Amino acid sequence: MCGIVGLFLKKDDLRPKLGDMLTDMLITMTDRGPDSAGIAIYGDGAEGAVKITVQSDAPQSAFAGLDAELGAALGVTPEVKVVDTHAVLTLPEAKAAEAIAWLEARGLRIMGSGASMEIYKEVGLPKDVAARFGLREMGGSHGIGHTRMATESAVTTLGAHPFSTADDQCLVHNGSLSNHNQMRRKLAKKGVMTRSENDTEVGAAYISSRIAEGASLGEALEGTIEDLDGFFTFVTGTKNGFGVVRDPIACKPAVMAETDDYVAFASEYRAFADLPGIEAARVWEPEPATVYFWER
Amino acid sequence: MTTTLDMTSTPLRDVNVTLQAAARAQANETYVIANPRGAHAMACGLDGPLSVTIKGPTGYYCAGMNKEASVTVEGSAGPGVAENMMSGVVTIEGDASQYAGATGHGGLLNIKGNASSRCGISMKGIDIVVHGNIGHMSAFMAQKGNLVVLGDAGDALGDSLYEARLFVRGSVKSLGADCIEKEMRPEHLETLKTLLEQAGADAKPEEFKRYGSARKLYNFNIDHADEY
Repeated sequence: MCGIVGLFLKKDDLRPKLGDMLTDMLITMTDRGPDSAGIAIYGDGAEGAVKITVQSDAPQSAFAGLDAELGAALGVTPEVKVVDTHAVLTLPEAKAAEAIAWLEARGLRIMGSGASMEIYKEVGLPKDVAARFGLREMGGSHGIGHTRMATESAVTTLGAHPFSTADDQCLVHNGSLSNHNQMRRKLAKKGVMTRSENDTEVGAAYISSRIAEGASLGEALEGTIEDLDGFFTFVTGTKNGFGVVRDPIACKPAVMAETDDYVAFASEYRAFADLPGIEAARVWEPEPATVYFWER
Repeated sequence: MTTTLDMTSTPLRDVNVTLQAAARAQANETYVIANPRGAHAMACGLDGPLSVTIKGPTGYYCAGMNKEASVTVEGSAGPGVAENMMSGVVTIEGDASQYAGATGHGGLLNIKGNASSRCGISMKGIDIVVHGNIGHMSAFMAQKGNLVVLGDAGDALGDSLYEARLFVRGSVKSLGADCIEKEMRPEHLETLKTLLEQAGADAKPEEFKRYGSARKLYNFNIDHADEY
């Protein structure tokens, strides 16, 4: 069991409240996943810049002087925003690959990167994770979150969701994949590498590799129904929106709500209870083996 | 007398304790539950005559094991609504999620919207009327009772069916193993007429088709091995 939430805003005036709304949704899903929690939030990005989110278990020493050292290595000094165990580094897009290699070599964990996406995830109760990162204060256009009850890999920061396997792309999952080892080997043969033993990361890498090969988000999500075996309700985030797909058996719960202001996803209706205007929202259960996505 | 319990100030457990005590008192009282906010296991285990109206959507297992009580949800219901219901009436004004009415022994489950997958799975005597559509694997291993669907049915309807009767007005995406269309006889039209009236459904019995068990999976038969 796990909990998933997602919120896609249709109007800009709610953007400053995105983190606040998502945090309430996330905390309500604690019963479904008290092990760890995470959120991917899509906010403002500067033209030509990339944001790289990194994590360290020893943030004080790992992040001290990071801007200067990375700046010396790249020839351009990144802007560094430290948020508890995470740091978001903003630097020119052209330097992204070089920076990621340098950061990994230094022992930092890469949570994700992209023009607008930032990822925050840690072990612990969702309310504690949200407080550590100040999720309530974060604004943005859309975001997805996850509360984890671990099944397929250990309770670690790297095992928490969301998983990002390409710029501005991320995935959260309720369920378990049964062919993830086979799929991991298939992807590795194509040069698509994963960072953890986790099944969901393989799902994320599968979607990213399909998109890299030219598939649309919709086609990549359709592909999960054919190529991934197991149980899943997936919510995937991209720079412009989010998508939802459930396996054909659809035993993992899912509910959606739409108003003029937003589209919301959750594992249970409870997570919607505090959303503005929910009483008048269109509420429905997404169909099995059917792809839904919203983009701006 | 109508008693209102507001779930913004009354915890779920207190609500259920109050309702269960009222049901046991056999006084046929009326309760309104405000602000349910999708809570789990609301109004479950009611063991006597009682009228309960829930003013909004509910979560898992609402009105489970209901006996004699009448429970109405003015919203949608989460998974497992009216699971193992014994008697009484459960009405869902909106949609119901998966396995609505599962293993129900009796009473009427009236769903005004759609029901998703596995509606009436292993039903054992309950009557279920769905005014909209139902999802895949509905009435799987259904043993007794009636499932009436005014809309369409999803894949594998009535798979491994026993003696429950299935009535569908719209299309059936596919029938499950050992489920076949059967002749609609006068007694079936009569049953259907009664159920449609009880559910306040705007449909005529003649518009429906009946599906039931071919009874070929009751005992192992080597000639049917490919159906197992």
